[in-house]
Amino acid sequence: MTSPNAAPILGSKHLLGIDGLSPSIVTELLDLAETYVVQGRATDKKTALLRGRTLINLLFESSTRTQSSFELAGKRLGADVMNMSVKGSSVSKGETLVDTASTLNAMRPDILVVRHQDAGAAELLSRKLDCSVINAGDGAHEHPTQALLDALTIRRHRGSFEGLVVAICGDVLHSRVARSNLKLLAMMGARVRLVAPRTLLPAQAERFGVEVYTDMKSGLAGADIVMMLRLQLERMAGAFVPSTREYFRFYGLDREKLAMAKPGALVMHPGPMNRGVEIASDIADDVQVSLIAEQVEMGVALRMAILDALARGMT
Amino acid sequence: MKRIAFRNARLVDPASGLDAKGGLLVENGRIADIGPRLFNDAEAGDPEVIDCRGLVLAPGLIDCRVFTGEPGAEHRESLESASAAAAAGGVTSMIVMPNTDPVIDEPSLVDFLLRRAQATAKVRVLPCAALTKGLNGETMTEMGLLQEAGAVAFTDGDRTVANARVLRRALDYAATFHALVIAHAEDPELVKGASATEGEFATRLGLPAAPAIAEAMMVERDIRLVELTGACTHFGQISTRASLEVIAAAKARGLPVTCGVAAHHLALNELDVGAYYTFRKVRPPLRCEEDRAAMVEGVASGVIDVIVSSHEPQGADTKRQPFASAAAGSVGLETLLPVALSLVHNGDASLLHVLGALTAAPARIFGLPTGTLAKGAPADLVLLDEGEPFVVDAEKLHSRARNTAFEGRKFQGRAVKTFVGGACVFDALAK
Repeated sequence: MTSPNAAPILGSKHLLGIDGLSPSIVTELLDLAETYVVQGRATDKKTALLRGRTLINLLFESSTRTQSSFELAGKRLGADVMNMSVKGSSVSKGETLVDTASTLNAMRPDILVVRHQDAGAAELLSRKLDCSVINAGDGAHEHPTQALLDALTIRRHRGSFEGLVVAICGDVLHSRVARSNLKLLAMMGARVRLVAPRTLLPAQAERFGVEVYTDMKSGLAGADIVMMLRLQLERMAGAFVPSTREYFRFYGLDREKLAMAKPGALVMHPGPMNRGVEIASDIADDVQVSLIAEQVEMGVALRMAILDALARGMT
Repeated sequence: MKRIAFRNARLVDPASGLDAKGGLLVENGRIADIGPRLFNDAEAGDPEVIDCRGLVLAPGLIDCRVFTGEPGAEHRESLESASAAAAAGGVTSMIVMPNTDPVIDEPSLVDFLLRRAQATAKVRVLPCAALTKGLNGETMTEMGLLQEAGAVAFTDGDRTVANARVLRRALDYAATFHALVIAHAEDPELVKGASATEGEFATRLGLPAAPAIAEAMMVERDIRLVELTGACTHFGQISTRASLEVIAAAKARGLPVTCGVAAHHLALNELDVGAYYTFRKVRPPLRCEEDRAAMVEGVASGVIDVIVSSHEPQGADTKRQPFASAAAGSVGLETLLPVALSLVHNGDASLLHVLGALTAAPARIFGLPTGTLAKGAPADLVLLDEGEPFVVDAEKLHSRARNTAFEGRKFQGRAVKTFVGGACVFDALAK
């Protein structure tokens, strides 16, 4: 049983991105998360590790999954969890993010989980608040807990990351999940590929030590893991890709394209999925290859590990 | 008759190429005499004597690109507060952009600005009028009447006239009145929603970004229209090597084009945004190091005619936001001279040349009688200590807005005393 007085894992009181982590920290976090996988499968899922602590989920963008995952993680550790949706409230009244931060700070939370549409929002809040800040997605910048839960899922199936070929496919340009994942996986020794049409690739993506493919079949050739990204609806109709049917034809994951990957290759998706757009339904539902449901389970365990790790630094 | 004698100065006058020791006499607000031996003997009779102790005495700076909040956003900056910042920065003339609320697109509004300036400002305020009504990019303004009212140039400020047909007609019409047009070169669709220059750094930060060529491609279009219409056109600020090359080629072909560069594009590059530092969010965004170095080269070679502050006051409401949502702009009137002098200290250009880009060149482009130490010219002067080290402290700025991109930066050299029409409007030692 871990406690707030156990040895610290994170070098910082915040989790803003993958950049501040190291392979040994990641390994420790994943090991800790494994213990919470066990706890999550037990009949009594709740401990008192964070009793008396307040966790605020601050959401500037709607996010059912991440919010419920953090909420459950907090509650299973005994924390008081509050969800605050700021979308269309203070912001539309003209309040600055720094003002919002000061208001929250006065409520004395211990941990703030923040999701915001702008890159750097979590970083800005971490500078203005006294509590720990967890970045649950900022613009197209980072979503570190998603990358960590993906790493946990991969490790459970493949044992290690060394030499694994991971193809991240789809809307890389707008994806914080892709950025966090490519940083984390590359750091852990995997070979990362990005697969997308040029309209959905960020500038100078090849500078991140990844291989870039615009042809999905070549990009998937020999891949151990195929990680699909969500294509936002508003980007489908002519702005970045001409149509959903054209996108599915060339960049949607179907059996034919998946056959290019290594036999036994596994498929991941951060959700929510667009069936028939980026992924064929039969693949999404095929428990032999799809890790999608498991990713959600790992999400809760991993977030419990993060909360535990951050709590260790608190007095 | 009010007389002031400046003695023991290093006289630097880019308009005439003078850089020599000497003295200068001001009478009734104008330069009455200048010479190497003037006032060498202490008793110069009745005038008030200012001992310059060997410091540089130069024409007051002309800042060709200043945004204020008057009218409409005086809580950010009024003409009065901007002029106090200008005076402290050695700037004696501010050419102000029409992007106010209301937009300066009516002769009566030009008149209003001039009267407000007369009543409240410490330095000269030279208004630009809008090129199109309400900056709508569609309907041209009454350039003839606006010119008569006192508008020194026509521009939509930080907006690009996207419609080539509208711009072509506006340039033709401006040429009819021998009016100067100031262009802002940024393809509005290509930069829509962007807050950084596309590249590895913006990708790393996950910031919405636009390619740097969004600037040069509009410079190219505008130059074709200048060639067609013959209208004198000044690019308010350029920021990339590609734009510089296009303008150099146009100048070589004898076209009536000039351009400026903002001080922050000379001193900072995209990496200075660091951890989403919104005070360094500017428009156009900070560029790569290669482009920054090209801007310094451009000033040194003279392809870039003027250095401007692009002074753009913003408040806490617009800057205390995540980077992509924060407003662009930095105040700059008080750091214009220090940034420019850094080119001299780095050995990129001579003091005479750099001061020329702040005095003689803008006077030539805008047809002003100032920016020179010639006899008979208005006595707009700056006494500056080119070696004085200091650290920029936002709290000590004279602007009402404190959003400087240079907070904590170390510089060498700044204004000691500033005079407009012979009247002292700033004295660093007075406090």
